[in-house]
Amino acid sequence: MKREESNTAETLSGGDMLIRALQDAGVTCIFGYPGGAALHIYDAIFRQQKVEHILVRHEQAATHMADGYARSTGKPGVVLVTSGPGATNAITGIATAYMDSVPLVVISGQVPTEVLGTDAFQETDMVGVSRPVVKHSFLIRDCREIPQVISKAFHIATTGRPGPVVVDIPKDVTDPGVTAPYSYTRKVSMRSYNPAVRGNGRQIRKAVGALLEARRAIIYAGGGVILGNGAEPLTRFAKVLGVPVTNTLMGLGGFPGDDPQFIGMLGMHGTYEANMAMHHADAILAVGARFDDRVTNNPAKFCPDAKVIHIDVDPASISKIIKADIPIVGQVASVLIDMERALAAEMEKRDAPDPAVLEQWWQQIHAWREAHGLDHDLQPVADQRILPQLAVQTLFRVTEGDAYITSDVGQHQMFAAQYYRFAKPRRWINSGGLGTMGFGLPAAMGVQFAHPDAVVACVTGEGSFMMNMQELSTCLQYALPIKIVNLNNQALGMVKQWQDMQYGGRHSQSTYSDSLPDFKTLVEAFGHVGFKVEDGADLEPVMREAFSANFKNKLVFIDVWVDPDEHVYPMSIKGGSLRDMYLNKITTSQQGDYM
Amino acid sequence: MRHIIAVLLENEPGALSRVVGLFAQRNYNIASLTVAPTEDETLSRLTLTTEGDDSKIEQIIKHLYRLIEVVKVVDLSGSDHVERELMLVKVRAVGGVREEVKRTTDIFRGQIIDVSVDAYTVQLSGPSRKLDAFVRAIGSEMVLELVRSGVSGIARGVKVLNG
Repeated sequence: MKREESNTAETLSGGDMLIRALQDAGVTCIFGYPGGAALHIYDAIFRQQKVEHILVRHEQAATHMADGYARSTGKPGVVLVTSGPGATNAITGIATAYMDSVPLVVISGQVPTEVLGTDAFQETDMVGVSRPVVKHSFLIRDCREIPQVISKAFHIATTGRPGPVVVDIPKDVTDPGVTAPYSYTRKVSMRSYNPAVRGNGRQIRKAVGALLEARRAIIYAGGGVILGNGAEPLTRFAKVLGVPVTNTLMGLGGFPGDDPQFIGMLGMHGTYEANMAMHHADAILAVGARFDDRVTNNPAKFCPDAKVIHIDVDPASISKIIKADIPIVGQVASVLIDMERALAAEMEKRDAPDPAVLEQWWQQIHAWREAHGLDHDLQPVADQRILPQLAVQTLFRVTEGDAYITSDVGQHQMFAAQYYRFAKPRRWINSGGLGTMGFGLPAAMGVQFAHPDAVVACVTGEGSFMMNMQELSTCLQYALPIKIVNLNNQALGMVKQWQDMQYGGRHSQSTYSDSLPDFKTLVEAFGHVGFKVEDGADLEPVMREAFSANFKNKLVFIDVWVDPDEHVYPMSIKGGSLRDMYLNKITTSQQGDYM
Repeated sequence: MRHIIAVLLENEPGALSRVVGLFAQRNYNIASLTVAPTEDETLSRLTLTTEGDDSKIEQIIKHLYRLIEVVKVVDLSGSDHVERELMLVKVRAVGGVREEVKRTTDIFRGQIIDVSVDAYTVQLSGPSRKLDAFVRAIGSEMVLELVRSGVSGIARGVKVLNG
């Protein structure tokens, strides 16, 4: 029997209440950094064993760790920081989680109530500063509020469209000298917060009808499928319908990347066939996706012939950018299960989908893939710089496609998304919405804490890596055997690519090749193992070695020197539709490409 | 088109700042805003006026609902409603103009609530259009100071907005 309540007659201080409430909320691991306003809480942590505290080196990294923990498990990530700079350092990570709808509970110490608002030492208005990037926030005024606020915080963070919740606690509220009776209730009822669950039955039947009537249907599935544990019903539904599936950057793994129905990522750096199929589709089933500008290109030219069916748990996402013809508000998994049922019923009634029509659609898609699809079988070429795509492919082979992969932001992120084919949800962890450089390493750490025996690799670039590399020290402290694949192009690659393409090759502030550290020596100084690879022929042997049993318990950093002039393609042509792409440095897609 | 949006929200510290912050953050405009507790002291009622086409108003309402403390939202302009705004206006009133101001105030069914040697303070309530019309009638050059409460509104009939 699940324990819903713990009603003890115990009298606890605020600090002890907080930790006890975290235990009662099922928390086993929190990421944080101590400081003056949080010291009562840290003392309470010291006096118990159930909640493990991970000491980071920078609060931003603590939030990304909790984020990686949450994305890879589906459980909320928890962060504890002190007031002022501790709280503001956490903001980037909170915003990252907010943009990607990741459940976090961030607890910040605050200056004592009697000096609130006086510009006291290490005071910042955390509730105010974080307001635009949280799902909700609380300022606790009295220790008796703690159990209920913590319970609400977890409820809000994890239900509906998930997101980060901030709980700001003035120091006097956790004072060990002030106690009150403690009682925790996991059940929360709020009149102003009742997120949708089931989708509307009529809308669901309408959606199924529209998909069966379509001649060129496509499923466009986003991060909501992963967050909402909808990957299995989505896969089953897609299998029955037989139509192509494309994933957003956030949705990769929500449909098996090695399935023949998968046509790759869509959007700015999506595959040719995915973008062409979207543009020419006559029905789009959007599931847990938000028609982000990196997907739609110019919304006015987006998929001109398509009837849009949009499933999302957040009503505000529907018809925000692209008008939905058939909106369905509800939890992705619940709606998809209802849709499966409706589809089965409808397919019994009518001869649809017509296999000949579907076959014609697939022939077209195969023709597109044949013409300009990604080459998943690159080989090293002697005397040539290593292609970054090859490094990702090698990683995919060496890890047998089954690792947890985190990434930072830039070219390496897009190469990882394009070439590592994720077969399962929650394996691909990256900052899609906010695009936070410095995310990759701490996120990988959070994943490794959650899955101590799993293979966790961080695909990064030297620019992003240097934004949070202080965490190498934390990795040593907790013996995290993360593998870091650094696609080192000695430049801020994506910035440089845009400067090549749009600014006449003027590399303004995007290069630093004469001042890079020797990463091998650097990671060795932190107590880890480093390799440097410059020759393509060494790539696979070194990677196999790094992932071998020899280094099972070691963090290994592989510094792969890649071709600094490589660009990410395809790339959307700004202002165009989804079919308008640069295919390489000299070719763009042609409008006559549809047969 | 101008819309009057009524919002019922938890009467808690910080709730108002979330509503105002939402408008700034999402690049929506607030033309007027008024807020006070209701007969149920756990709830505040906020009325704001904004401009936008139907899809924009739909987004505003959806985003308001995303705020955890928001209990109910309604676009009053979408149905039959009454709206009122209160204005206090200090008008230069010397010599012959005094009588003119008094007459105009009577025509608009306003009241003079403060009198001094060279000024009247007029209180006027009604739909915003009526307040605008009064200022035009008096002449804006006569106005020394003007304060408006922002629009409050309520649906006609038995239809109510409650938690």
